[in-house]
Formats: sequence, structure tokens, C-alpha cells
Amino acid sequence: MIRIISLVALIIIALVAPFFFYPVFLMKALCFALFACAFNLLLGYVGLLSFGHAAFLGSAAYVTGHSMKVLGLPPELSILAGTGAAALLGLGFGWLAIRRQGIYFAMITLALSQMVFFFALQAPFTGGEDGIQAIPRGYLLGFIDLNNQLTLYYFVLAMFVFGWLVIYRTIHSPFGQVLKAIRENEPRAISLGYRTDQYKLMAFVLSAALSGMAGATKTLVFQLASLTDVHWHMSGEVVLMTLLGGMGTVFGPVVGAFLVVTIQNYLAQLGSWVTIIQGGIFVVCVLLFRRGIVGEAMALARKLRKKPEKEDAVS
Amino acid sequence: MFELLGIPPQVLFGQLLLGLINGAFYATLSLGLALIFGLLNIINFTHGAQYMMGAFVAYLLLNLLGIGYWPSLFLAPILVGLVGIVLEKTMLSRLYKLDHLYGLLLTFGLALLIEGAFRQMYGVSGLPYPIPDVLKGGQNLGFMFLPNYRAWVVVASLLICFATWFLIERTKLGSYLRAATENPALVQAFGINVPRMITLTYGFGVALAGFAGVLAAPIYSVNPLMGSNLIVVVFAVVVIGGMGSILGAILTGFGLGLVEGLTKVFYPEASNTVIFIIMAIVLVLKPAGLFGRAR
Repeated sequence: MIRIISLVALIIIALVAPFFFYPVFLMKALCFALFACAFNLLLGYVGLLSFGHAAFLGSAAYVTGHSMKVLGLPPELSILAGTGAAALLGLGFGWLAIRRQGIYFAMITLALSQMVFFFALQAPFTGGEDGIQAIPRGYLLGFIDLNNQLTLYYFVLAMFVFGWLVIYRTIHSPFGQVLKAIRENEPRAISLGYRTDQYKLMAFVLSAALSGMAGATKTLVFQLASLTDVHWHMSGEVVLMTLLGGMGTVFGPVVGAFLVVTIQNYLAQLGSWVTIIQGGIFVVCVLLFRRGIVGEAMALARKLRKKPEKEDAVS
Repeated sequence: MFELLGIPPQVLFGQLLLGLINGAFYATLSLGLALIFGLLNIINFTHGAQYMMGAFVAYLLLNLLGIGYWPSLFLAPILVGLVGIVLEKTMLSRLYKLDHLYGLLLTFGLALLIEGAFRQMYGVSGLPYPIPDVLKGGQNLGFMFLPNYRAWVVVASLLICFATWFLIERTKLGSYLRAATENPALVQAFGINVPRMITLTYGFGVALAGFAGVLAAPIYSVNPLMGSNLIVVVFAVVVIGGMGSILGAILTGFGLGLVEGLTKVFYPEASNTVIFIIMAIVLVLKPAGLFGRAR
């Protein structure tokens, strides 16, 4: 009952939010929330720490920007193109990276994404240091004008909800259960007859594609695809969002993304302080509350209720 | 004047020297990373920031206390190493029983913290550090001009790499260290203080990074971001070499530096990415790395 009420409340808040907050801020937060959720699918449910997710966000941003501005494709096709590009890249990266585990996996994804960064810096169509600027937003399906701030907000919200539902369904499907089994004990999953490498690769591609979708949507919002999107700092930020909100929870990354974007917004003038504070949050999170905000809150609620719940209680 | 494949020898050997110098830094840094990983089982993401700190400590010693290059070459690594020991004692040591990924996340956070702090204080423009008087000028070798300081960087890193190799592979202390890498519990049972050894190893690995930072100060300008750009490449070097052997880390570091230098001559567009491409190829052919053992 409480669950249904809070869900309805969340939907109402999401629908009226643009009348109370600056829509661009909300849209940015939603894009990053989707990005963090996609990342969390890999870290929280398969136990793979990728340090190169910026590559998927950024490459999708560039492909979307290029197809909107230069090829003149409509927004829906451009986003599809961006998402597809990220998925293909994810297939390649995943194929290479799942050969190693744990720390090596993180280093390999980081190095591969750095390769994408240098490619974006040098390739002719990415605009180098300037990036792709003044990308038109266009008309969705030919008649919905995305230049209207409010229309765009609901479009971004719809994209976020779609992505979030895909992740939710994945986690709660038999496929998702195998992923969790791999996270808990990979040798055992193998001995049970699962081809864990294939499962890991599929999860990786899905995560990359959804990260790409977040990047493509972000390009529409800011009308910009730049090197910031592919820099490893971005990969670090998505790790931070997930860790702060709570990895392995469905709402944690959303909370983390909103918090991190808020911090960035308020401290933008203070220059390096954003980096210092982000570093500090990392340290505090790892040392003091590893389950993140949502994870700790859930643990607290469980303790108060004093009744054993399923191991993976989903809000 | 003879030419090689249409490339003037000055250009070729000039780039090879640059590659060798980069390789010297790759080797020294990946050596420290491998040492720390061996005993602590964490990848030290702060390594780049600690390399940067080495350069900054040298800069500050010179400009605040008037202490020159040669004393700094010893003082700066010790100071950076001490900071590392404090970090290990207060933070890292709490994480050993957890998933190794937390160590990576903590050191990443620390790297952001340290780099942000230095950026806040000193900006992003590089600060100059003079070459010590003894090593100014250079030698004309006929086919190329060899600046003395750059030759010194290569020699110094080779010396420190060899000394580290000797310490670990040929001394009693090193044998304890190798034993503790294989089986810490057993070594502890023999009455050796493993936690202290872990702390000192982290301090030593970090000091190596600080040493590389001091070496780098006169070549590259002293800059808060000098480490973060390097560390990603060093990670790729570590993946290529595999963290199994000390000698492997050194060879891979110098070798990849040379390959990078050659790429700059023959196909400059790929010079930034060549190491990552090699990493991808090595992962396909020999996932454990060239000198690595599967773990």
C-alpha cells in the first residue's frame, strides 16, 4: 500500500516539477540519473566496475549531434543512431574487457575509453576542442516541437522512465537473477551451467546502450556534444553518483545523480572546489557508508521493522 | 646525411629519446603500482597524484626553503612516501577485508581531492623548475643532440628500477615481501609483522612515484594535472605487462615508451592511442598480460 502511494506521489512530483524548478536543471539531472542507472546495472547487479562509461555517453552524444546537425535526421532517429553506436562500442569494449576481472576490468575499460577520448579529440566530425555546438532540437515524429522547454522536459522524462523500466525489468527477470548469481559467486554460476561470459557481455552491451541513450538525450537538451562527455572525469562522476546513492538499488543512482548535479550547479563558480568535494564524498562514502544513501536508508528501515526481508529488497 | 625510410635521423632519434624518457616514467610508475598491488591487492589510483606531489614538493622546497634539486631528489620521495604511509594507516588499512574495488574507489577519491586542492592553490598553468647546473647543456653525438638532463633521467630511472628489482629479488627483506605476497597469513605466523610490511610497501611504492615526479619536474612544467593524464596510460602499461613480475613491469614500461616514440615518427595521429591499441591486442592474444600469471 505504502509502495503504491509513494509511487503515485513520485509520478505527480515528476509531472509538476518543471513548474517549480528550472527545467534544464531537471532535464540534466534526469539524463544523468538514467546514465547512473545504466551504470548501476553493471556495478550493482553484475559486480563489474567499469571506469569507462563516459565513452558510451560521449560517443552517443557525438553521433546524435552529428546526425541532427549535419545529416538533418529527426530526433527519434538521431537518438536511435546514438544509442546504437554506444551499443556497438559496448559490444567491442565488453568483448575485450570481460577477459579480465575486478581491478583489471576497471583499468581496461578506463584505458579503452581514453582511446575514445583521443579519437574524439582528433576525428574530423567531432569538432575537436570545440565539440559539436548549436545542435538543432527539431520536431519529434515530425510534429512535436522540442524547442518548447516544457515539451522537451516531458520527452526527457519519458526517455528516463522508459530506460528505468527496461533496467527494472532486466533486474527482475530470470536473466537478472543469473546476473546476480554471477555477482555473488561466478565459479558457482559456471558450475551450474551458465555461460557467464555471455551473460556479462549482454549486461555490458545493455548498460552501454542505455548510457548512450542518456547521452543522446543530453545532447538534445544542451544542444552540445563536447569532450567533457568522453573525458574520464565523466566516468568518475557516474561512479560517484551510483556510490553516493547506493549501488545495487533501483532508486539509489537516481538520488545520487540529483545530488551530484545539484552540487555541480551550486558550486560551479567555485572552480576546483567541485573536484575537491567530489573527492571528499568518495572518501567518506567508501569509509563510512558503503551502501549509499538509499542503501543505508533501506537497511535502517529493515532494522526498524525487525522483520527479515528478501535479500534484494527493492524499495 | 643519411636518411631512414625518408625520416631524418635527428627526428627519429629525437623521438626515440622522448619515447625512452616516457618509458622511464612508465616503468617507474608501473613498478610502484605492481609492488602495491602485489601486497595490498589494490590498484593505487592516487599514484598519478603522488607523482604530481613529488614534483610539487621539489618545487616548493626550492622556492620556499631554497633546497635544490639534488637534496630534493631524496627529500621529496621521502615526504611523499610519508604522506602515503599516513593515508595507508588511516584509510586504506580499513578496507583490506572488503572487495578490492573499494580500494580503487577510495584512491580515486583521494586523487580527485589532492588534484583539486593543488589546482585550487596553484592553478592549471605549469610552474617552471630549472634544470640543475651540472646537467645543463648536452652532447652532440653526431647523429643527434643529447641533452644531459634527459640522459640523466633515463639513467636515474634505470638505476632506481634495478635497485628495486635487486631489493625484492635478491635480499632477505625482499624474500619476506615475496612470501607475504604469496601467503600473508603464513608469513605472519612465522613472526613477521605483515601489517607493518604492508604499510612500508605502500610508502615505498608511493615514494617511487614521488621520485619520478622530481625527475619529471625540470622536463615537464610542474602542473597539478601532470599525473592524471599519465596514470591512465600507466594503467594500460600495467595491463599489457601483467603485474606478475618486477622485471616485466620495467621492460614493458621502457618498451612501450619506445613504441610510442616510433609511432610519433611514422604515424603521429596514432601516437596517443597506440598503447591502448596494443593493450587491446594483448588482451585478445594473452589476456593475463605479457609477463602476468592468471589470477
